[in-house]
Amino acid sequence: MRNAFADEITKLGAADPRVVLLSGDIGNKLFDKFKDKAAARFYNCGVAEANMMSVAAGMALCGLRPVIYTITPFTTTRCFEQIRVDACYHKAPVIIVGTGSGLSYAELGPTHHSCEDMAILRALPEMTVMAPGDSLELRAALHAALKHDGPVYIRIGKKGEPDIHPGMPALEIGKAITVRQGSDVCLLGTGVLTAIALDAAKLLEAQGISARVESFHTVKPLDTARLTEVFTAYPVVATIEEHSRIGGLGGAVAEWLAAQDPVKGRLLSFGTDDAFMHEIGSTQYARNKFGLTAQNIAQQVVARLAARQAA
Amino acid sequence: MTIEELRKLAAEIRARIIETSHRTSTPHLGSCLSCTDILVAAYFSTLRIDPKQPRDPNRDRFILSKGHGAAALFQVLALRGFYPEKMLETYGEDGGIFAEHPPTPSHLPGIEAATGSLGHGMPMGLGMALSARIQKQDYNVVALLSDGECNEGSIWEAAMLAASQKVERLMAIIDFNKWQATGRSEEILALNPLADKWRAFGWSAYEVDGHDMPELLRLMSKLPDGSGKPVAIIAHTVKGKGVSFMEDDNNWHYRIPTAEEVVAAKKELGVSGGA
Repeated sequence: MRNAFADEITKLGAADPRVVLLSGDIGNKLFDKFKDKAAARFYNCGVAEANMMSVAAGMALCGLRPVIYTITPFTTTRCFEQIRVDACYHKAPVIIVGTGSGLSYAELGPTHHSCEDMAILRALPEMTVMAPGDSLELRAALHAALKHDGPVYIRIGKKGEPDIHPGMPALEIGKAITVRQGSDVCLLGTGVLTAIALDAAKLLEAQGISARVESFHTVKPLDTARLTEVFTAYPVVATIEEHSRIGGLGGAVAEWLAAQDPVKGRLLSFGTDDAFMHEIGSTQYARNKFGLTAQNIAQQVVARLAARQAA
Repeated sequence: MTIEELRKLAAEIRARIIETSHRTSTPHLGSCLSCTDILVAAYFSTLRIDPKQPRDPNRDRFILSKGHGAAALFQVLALRGFYPEKMLETYGEDGGIFAEHPPTPSHLPGIEAATGSLGHGMPMGLGMALSARIQKQDYNVVALLSDGECNEGSIWEAAMLAASQKVERLMAIIDFNKWQATGRSEEILALNPLADKWRAFGWSAYEVDGHDMPELLRLMSKLPDGSGKPVAIIAHTVKGKGVSFMEDDNNWHYRIPTAEEVVAAKKELGVSGGA
C-alpha cells in the first residue's frame, strides 16, 4: 500500500500545486518521483512529528493541501494534541497518512503497533477516519480526501496486501462498498482485514453459509444507512479490523447499535485484545494470537449463527 | 504613529486589559501587560496588514503563540479596526467569542491561529512561512512566545526545521518576563542562556528591552534580517509592566484586580475615565 500511496500522491501532486508532502524522516527513496516532480513541495520534517503536524495545519490555513506521512503511532498518538487543536479545531484540511497500521509492523514490537489510532482520532470533532481495504481503495481515498474540506486520517498497511477490487472503485467518504453479495450473514471489514473478511466468506461458503462482505473504508462518518440495512437483513453482522475492539469499527458500530430499536442482527466484533503483545512475532503470528484469521472468523460466525438459529 | 503616540496607546490598552480583567474575572493579567508593548509595535507599526482585508493572502501573519495573552490581543485588534470595540463588551459572556484564549481564525477577524495550548502557534507559523515560499509570496510571519512556552519541545522541533529550511521570513519574539505560571522560568526548566540557545538552533537572535518602543520597532522591522536565518527576538520584559504593584509579582498570573486596584492602576498609567 505504501508504494501505491507514493505513486498516487506523486500523480496528485503533479496535477495539483496545492499538494505538499511532509514526511517524518521515513520513506527513503519512496518519494523520489514526487521530489523529481515537485521538489519545492516535499519536506522531510525530521523525527519531530508534533511540529510536522502543526506545520501542516499552518500550510492548510494558507490554502495548501498538506499530506503527512509517517509510521502510524508517530502520526497519531505521538502528536494527538496537534491533530486535535491545529488540524481539527481549525478544520484545517490536512491529510494524515499512517503507514504500517495495526499489526503491519508486528515484528517491531508494540512501539510500532497501532491498535488504538482509530479510537482516538474518531473522537475528534471534524475528523474523518478512513482505513482503505486495499491499494485501489487507498488511491480512491486520497482523491476523496483532497476534495474534503477538513482533516482526514487514512490508515494504511505496509506492502504486499492483496487487492480486493478489480480496479479503482468509486469511493465516497462515509459510504461503504459492497465487495461480495451474500444472504446469510454479513461481514464488515475495514482496512487490510477486509481481504481476510473475503477469505472468511469463502470458508463460510464451503460450509453452505452465504456471507456478504462490506468494505467500511470509512469508520467516521459511519455509514449508518448501510448499517441499518444489514442489521435489518442479517442475523449476524461481524466487524473485522486490525485494531482494538475498543473504539474502532466494532466500537463505532456498537455505539450506533445500542441506540437503535431492537433489530434482527447481532454484532460480533473481531479486533485486537486490550493488551500489548510482549512476545515477538510476524504479522501473521500476531493475527493468529488475536484471532484475526479467516478460519477463526468463519468458525465464530458459524457458532454465532447456530446459536441465533437455536434461540 | 509617533513613538509617543504608541506609548500612549500601550498605556490605554493596559488600562483596558486591567478593567476587563476586573469586570470579567479573567486571569493572566501579568502575562498580558508584559507583552502589550510588543503587540502595539507589531499591529500599529511593523506588520503589513489591512484590517479591512483580514484574509488578504499576502498579509503578514501574527500568531499569539502564548495564547493566554488573548485579553491583550483582543484589545489591540479592536483598536486596530479588525472589529468594533463595542464587541468587547461581550467579553467573557456565555455564548460570546472572547474567551481566555483566541478563537479560530474563522470566528474572529485578525486571528491567525487558535492558541492556548502552548507550543502550537510557532510551529503553525512555520507552516505559514513555508507556505509563503511555496506560493511565491513575500509575507512575514511573527509568533509571540512566552518564556514558559519555551519549555515545550515542539518549539525546538520547529526551531530546527525553520533553521534547516532557512525560513528567513519567520520571527519568534520571546516575551521573556522570567516567570511562568508557578515560578521563575529559569528555576523550573533552565532556560538561560536563552539567546544563545536560539543561536545554537540556527537562528539570528537579538536581545532587547521589551518595553523600549524605539528598539522594538527597530528590531521587529528587520525581517528578513539579511542573515538568511529565522530571527528570534529575546524581549526582556516585566510581568505586570506598567503598574507598580503588579510588576514582577507572579500572583498576577491568576489574581483579579479589585475596583480600587483598577483605579490605582489607571492612575499610574495616566489613563483617565472609562476605557
